[in-house]
Amino acid sequence: MGSTSSTLLKIPNVEVLMQETGFSPAHIIRLHDRFKALDKEGRGHLCPQDFGAIKELAMNPIGDRIIGAFFSPGKETVDFHTFVKILILAHFRPVDKNRPKEPNSPEPINSRSNKLKFAFQLYDQDQDGKISRDELLKVLQAMLGMQVTEEQLESIADRTIQEADLDRDDAISFEEFRKSLEKVNIDHKMSIRFLR
Amino acid sequence: MASSLYLCLLRAVFLVCFVNPLIQGLSGDANVVQNPHHELEENLTGLPIVTFKWHHVQTPYLVIIWVFVAGLAKLSVIELNHHVTSVIPESGLLIILGFILGGIVWGADKAQTFKLLPPTFFYYLLPQIILDASYFMPNKLFFSNLGAILIYAIFGTCWNAATVGLSLWGCYEAGAMGNLDIGLLQFLLFGSLIAAVDPVAVIAVFEEVHVNEVLFILVFGESLLNDGVTVVLYNVFDAFVALGGPKIDAAEIFKGIFSFVVVAFGGSFLGVVFAILLSLLTRCTKHIQIIEAGFVFVVGYLAYLTAEMLSLSAILSITFCGICCQKYVNANMDEKSVTTVRHAMKVLANGSETMIFVFLGVTAIDTEIWIWNTGFILLTLLFVFIYRIIGVFLLTWMLNKFRLVPIEVIDQVVMSYGGLRGAVAYGLAAMLDEDKIPEKNLMISTTLIVVYFTVILQGLTMKPLVQWLKVKRAAHSDLKLIEKLNNRAFDHILAAVEDICGRIGDNWWTRGWNRFEENYISWLLMKPKARRNRDYLFSIFHKLNLEDAVNYVSEGERQGSLGFIRSDEAANVDFKKQFGSEFTDVMPDIMVDMSNYELEIENFSATSIVKDTIPSVSLDIHGQDRKNAVDDINAHHLLQQHLYRSRKNHRHKYSRSHFSINQSEDEVQEIFQRTMRSRLESFKSAKMGVNPAKKITKHHKKELTHKMANGHPDGTGHLYGDEVDSAVGSETGAIRGTFMRDTYTVGAGIENPVFLPDMDSPTHSSLPWLMETEAVAPSQRAQRRLPWTPNRLRRLAPMRISTCSTDSFLMADLEEHEEQPQTDHEEM
Repeated sequence: MGSTSSTLLKIPNVEVLMQETGFSPAHIIRLHDRFKALDKEGRGHLCPQDFGAIKELAMNPIGDRIIGAFFSPGKETVDFHTFVKILILAHFRPVDKNRPKEPNSPEPINSRSNKLKFAFQLYDQDQDGKISRDELLKVLQAMLGMQVTEEQLESIADRTIQEADLDRDDAISFEEFRKSLEKVNIDHKMSIRFLR
Repeated sequence: MASSLYLCLLRAVFLVCFVNPLIQGLSGDANVVQNPHHELEENLTGLPIVTFKWHHVQTPYLVIIWVFVAGLAKLSVIELNHHVTSVIPESGLLIILGFILGGIVWGADKAQTFKLLPPTFFYYLLPQIILDASYFMPNKLFFSNLGAILIYAIFGTCWNAATVGLSLWGCYEAGAMGNLDIGLLQFLLFGSLIAAVDPVAVIAVFEEVHVNEVLFILVFGESLLNDGVTVVLYNVFDAFVALGGPKIDAAEIFKGIFSFVVVAFGGSFLGVVFAILLSLLTRCTKHIQIIEAGFVFVVGYLAYLTAEMLSLSAILSITFCGICCQKYVNANMDEKSVTTVRHAMKVLANGSETMIFVFLGVTAIDTEIWIWNTGFILLTLLFVFIYRIIGVFLLTWMLNKFRLVPIEVIDQVVMSYGGLRGAVAYGLAAMLDEDKIPEKNLMISTTLIVVYFTVILQGLTMKPLVQWLKVKRAAHSDLKLIEKLNNRAFDHILAAVEDICGRIGDNWWTRGWNRFEENYISWLLMKPKARRNRDYLFSIFHKLNLEDAVNYVSEGERQGSLGFIRSDEAANVDFKKQFGSEFTDVMPDIMVDMSNYELEIENFSATSIVKDTIPSVSLDIHGQDRKNAVDDINAHHLLQQHLYRSRKNHRHKYSRSHFSINQSEDEVQEIFQRTMRSRLESFKSAKMGVNPAKKITKHHKKELTHKMANGHPDGTGHLYGDEVDSAVGSETGAIRGTFMRDTYTVGAGIENPVFLPDMDSPTHSSLPWLMETEAVAPSQRAQRRLPWTPNRLRRLAPMRISTCSTDSFLMADLEEHEEQPQTDHEEM
């Protein structure tokens, strides 16, 4: 694998990356190795097919959407920087509770509301800031078994919107989404530990 | 209420009348023979037709009578007034019952003939409880928290033993206990036997409280694993006491520490060896499936006894045997055997637990053992309690520096409060040697009091404490729909990201281990057939076919039954409530039919509509409420049932008396199939240069066609919609959809989903009914009556979640499902 410093140097802008994301050099290196493993043709960036090669993602009902989340609209590839940033954006680091709260510093990438925003974007495919009934229906279709009939799906979707929708516009905005998930322990649910 | 009272009376009567004279006349003493027939025997003049041979059956009879009485005790405890049972935990009530029984025996005999003897406890009552606990242990949760569990078990127990022993000694030296013939070593010995948290008590109390799973696994895992430490400490100090003070030097202390390593790891290793043996055995038992269930118990018990023989930790041995063999045994054995094993284990474990608690109560009623020393007893109670709290908080503070999700303060409070002592401590105390330890009876008395205190008092207050502190409970279905959906979505997201990252991080080892395990261990221990079934592509195909075939047959037999109506009861009711008065004449037979079925609350309104034509104005008001309630229940049920589970989503129910079987393999197949299909679609459309937006609708429609009952609410080019429209004249699509389903009996046309356009990928459809429309044209007959297709059937099969006999509705209401520990599927 080579010595740490030489590998680190190969990765462009690694200091900025480390600072923004809070990953240690060892983590960055591991992620870089993984990036290279996925990038089979050695192009330096990933395309959706590379993600598709991951077998377990096929087992995931919203796997395709998550793959989509890595690619910002219009772009077909993702480079290492974006790869790492999205991983953080997907907030797979536990929130550091001890970080001093400075009012002027930008909110840490892996804060609770950013995690929720990531999840929200998974539902909101057309990026209009609201989860409409149709989008919810699509998510439900993806995540529910095939035993569920269309009417039942619609009833669930209606019910879900009814529970969360406070301003009665028949869609769930991000604020409503966030409010309805107050009780859920996001930190627990959306964190992966990496080896220190 | 009346029945419980009746049962109590019955039991009391039984006890008094039957057991009492039985015990009076027949207990213990074989010489007490008061039977005239025996006298007859001595001078036999004729042939005795019937003789009373008590002494032949004495021992087994008494054993069985006690088992029977314990069973009756449990029955009466459960049937008691609900208020009592919800306040005092079951175990506490059993102990109190044991007091009563002990009192009866004492009154009859003036001596306690039925004590809980340590050999009985350790060899006949304890093993099955531990085996049950370990066989149903949620492995993933256990191993992911193993570090914390080990810390608590090892260091926590040592801390408890040392501090309690030393503090008591200190107080003794200070004179708080009066004159006792006791020394430092004996105090340490006592400390070591009272230090251990007891698995039986923990299960008994926590089962009723339902705390969150991490907290439970920490306390429970600790209680199981601390046996290794307890055994070592007990034996070491026992030996030290025998050796005497002066002979203990550094060498002996090192030997003591070394023995810990040997005992603990030796016991675990032995357990693993027996697990391998068991797995190999079940691999070869294809032709004697009837007895393979027995092997589990026999080998488990062997593991226990062998470890005991080698003076290793028996509990650790049987624990690891259960933990390691779970997966392979469940994969290798026939379905029926698996079910048998599960049920039998629960029965045995429940029975043993009951007996243990009853006997703990009975044993107390014995004037011989009671020595009261206020200082000793009160100080012990105090120290046990305080040092537990200190120990837990100290260790957790250290652990939280390393844990991903720190253990909260409230959980720590519950953990320290949940340090229950139980029968193991009593057993160890009863095994003390009186010659070496003159104060044995004092120790037994103290141990009993500590046990009663923790089980009854702490058990009593555990539930209110948990509620008062607002401890995070095991998730109940109070979650709103959106929360449920999101929880599951997060699980999937997490799993996906882990996969993308290649599982670097602390899952790296897990992944490596899983790969090793798949390739080598499973090859050795699993039947080839079972191993093959882990291969997704093969098993998907195979199981789908199998499932279709089974559903086809069973639905064919049940045709026209409740099953297909249940799936749309909400919509039906809605429709009826809104249009019932107008359409009673149009669909008279349907109304009548509906009233024959038990649709619970829906039924009530349905029949009432038929009977009295309620004006639609008031109907609407009721209808709205009912609709919401029904919708709500249905929606929750649906989500609960059908949301795909992610790999990481483990719901476990830690209960002595409930367990269920997870059906997640179907989900995985579905997800896989669906994803593959959508990918193929996207590749197809990408190749043909189709706009990606269309892909979504195509997907949508495709899913629609699969899911459709007979209704096609959006009416995308639906063939028979017109007929229905003309028949009824209702406007809303949903209503139309459901109405069509109803009217099939009336004779209107229905669409046949079998032959609807289905854009399935060719690789996956080998079944004609999954092919494209052009392949098969709908027949005349198909247009009239709906044949039962596999797709429809799968949907229509009612909430058949488990193969247990328990009510499927009960299962649907339970939030937690225990996952069948076939983690290999998910690991792939």
